[in-house]
Amino acid sequence: MSDPVIEIKDFRKTYADFVAVNCISFDVKQGEIFGLLGPNGAGKTSTLECLEGLRTPNGGSLRVAGIDPAKEPRKLRNLIGVQLQSAGLPESITPDEAMSFFCAYHDVAPRFDLLERLGLADKRNDQFYELSAGQQRRLVLALAVAHNPQVLFLDEPTAGLDVATRAELHGMMRELQTSGTTVILATHDMAEAEQMSDRVAILLQGRIVSIGTPMEITATGAGLTKISVRTQDGSLSVSDIPFSAVSQHTFKDDYNIYFSSDIGPTLSALITHIEAQGDMLIDLRVERPSLEDRFIEITKTGVPQ
Amino acid sequence: MNAFIHHFTFEFRTGIRNKTSLLMNYLFPLGFYLMMGFVMAEINPPFREDIIPAMVVFGILSATLLGIPDPLVNARENGVFRSYKINGIPSISILSIPALTTVLHLVIVSVLITATAPLFFDAPLPVNWLNYAIIFVAMAFACAGLSVLIGVVSPSSRMTVLWSQLIFVPSMLLGGLMIPNKMLPDIAGKIAQLLPATQAMNAFNGLAMGEVADFSPWGSVIILFISGVLAFGLAIYLFSWDSRNTTRRGHPLLALLVILPYALGILLLS
Repeated sequence: MSDPVIEIKDFRKTYADFVAVNCISFDVKQGEIFGLLGPNGAGKTSTLECLEGLRTPNGGSLRVAGIDPAKEPRKLRNLIGVQLQSAGLPESITPDEAMSFFCAYHDVAPRFDLLERLGLADKRNDQFYELSAGQQRRLVLALAVAHNPQVLFLDEPTAGLDVATRAELHGMMRELQTSGTTVILATHDMAEAEQMSDRVAILLQGRIVSIGTPMEITATGAGLTKISVRTQDGSLSVSDIPFSAVSQHTFKDDYNIYFSSDIGPTLSALITHIEAQGDMLIDLRVERPSLEDRFIEITKTGVPQ
Repeated sequence: MNAFIHHFTFEFRTGIRNKTSLLMNYLFPLGFYLMMGFVMAEINPPFREDIIPAMVVFGILSATLLGIPDPLVNARENGVFRSYKINGIPSISILSIPALTTVLHLVIVSVLITATAPLFFDAPLPVNWLNYAIIFVAMAFACAGLSVLIGVVSPSSRMTVLWSQLIFVPSMLLGGLMIPNKMLPDIAGKIAQLLPATQAMNAFNGLAMGEVADFSPWGSVIILFISGVLAFGLAIYLFSWDSRNTTRRGHPLLALLVILPYALGILLLS
């Protein structure tokens, strides 16, 4: 990962009096998977559509692979691949026809292998409207990557996909990343964003309220780490010792569950206590706050004034 | 060129594969032709003289006005054009290829009508085949342009039907398909000249079928070509990729300029 492939500076998008995106700035480096998160109406789609050249920004500057999408949209076409949230294909087109048709406009050979890889081998001659929602999304994804774009925009790519296809898509995203493709991933699926993204930006009311690696973002929150402990003799169950930094303690399925604001001292105190009681540790699980927890916290807090 | 061929092939197949398109391109015109041939020719024998041009004109009206606009509106509203834009498919291809494939379907339908009408209904063949072909092309071009323009400016399928019927129904009643233009009251005859069907029937009668035209037949051909050029030009100018997010270069009412050649024709042709 090196040079920025996407550069956004003071980008602003308005619709009449409504400000959809309010002066946001960030860069995305080559080969990065960048998650764009936010509740509905946060400005994700406006940002994506301006980057894709579908809409014109009202202020600031955007560059995708060194090109201004609003000024040179034609140059952008072969450099980007886009999986739109809506299907966006004619009802009667077949996967084979769509692949030939779109690849011809990109001046590349059709990639029928992608159809097979994405589980559409036996649907290649079915009409688009005959495909299930998941199959339609897979076809649109195959078309988006068929011309080996430098930048791939994915808008809710796994919505409606089964587990196997979702795993296949994630594998494909990693392969594309390895080959240097930059992926912009707009999703509501926090687990997916946390798993796949190198960095994420959380948008709220048209502004970036948090940006960084998923680890960095979750670490900055006020969320508590969940520590689940099970011992052989259950020495913790009869203990009411106030372990360091623990704000809440519950018991479920033979596990003592502690919510700690500072994991180090809490773990140390718990282990010391177990040893002192002559008990034996059977299972210990530590779950830091997830990106979803942090996202909910941020969206509840709102935009800092 | 490769892209054009793939696009054209897909659109042509759609014209047969899609049930609505199949109906408008083939089943409706050919079904109506057979019905009119068997029924109308018995009730009104002189109709045999006009059955070939009238049913070819009907086929053109059906395939273009009833067949082209709605898929364009649906494609725009369902985000197909957005997808096309992202993949570098030019607006001129989006507008011209459905029109060209429809014309190809019309050629097939017209050949079927022209070849079978003398056998089934004892209809006279055209006396000037070159003029017959020229008028067919002019009418198909004018109606395809008009249909594409309707698809571009209509905000919804409902409005598409309204605009299309606004031309289709008067064409059936006043366009010379059922009743010759000269039999209409003067004022109705003049209003009928605003319709492409009237111009086409006039040109067919005067230049291809060996009959007498009601007004300048070459003037009618020129009007059809000019209105076709104007309609396609306006459609390209007023085209929008996405009705929600992109602004048009002009107001949709500019589309009414397409009537201009017909209106001038009323004043200039005699």
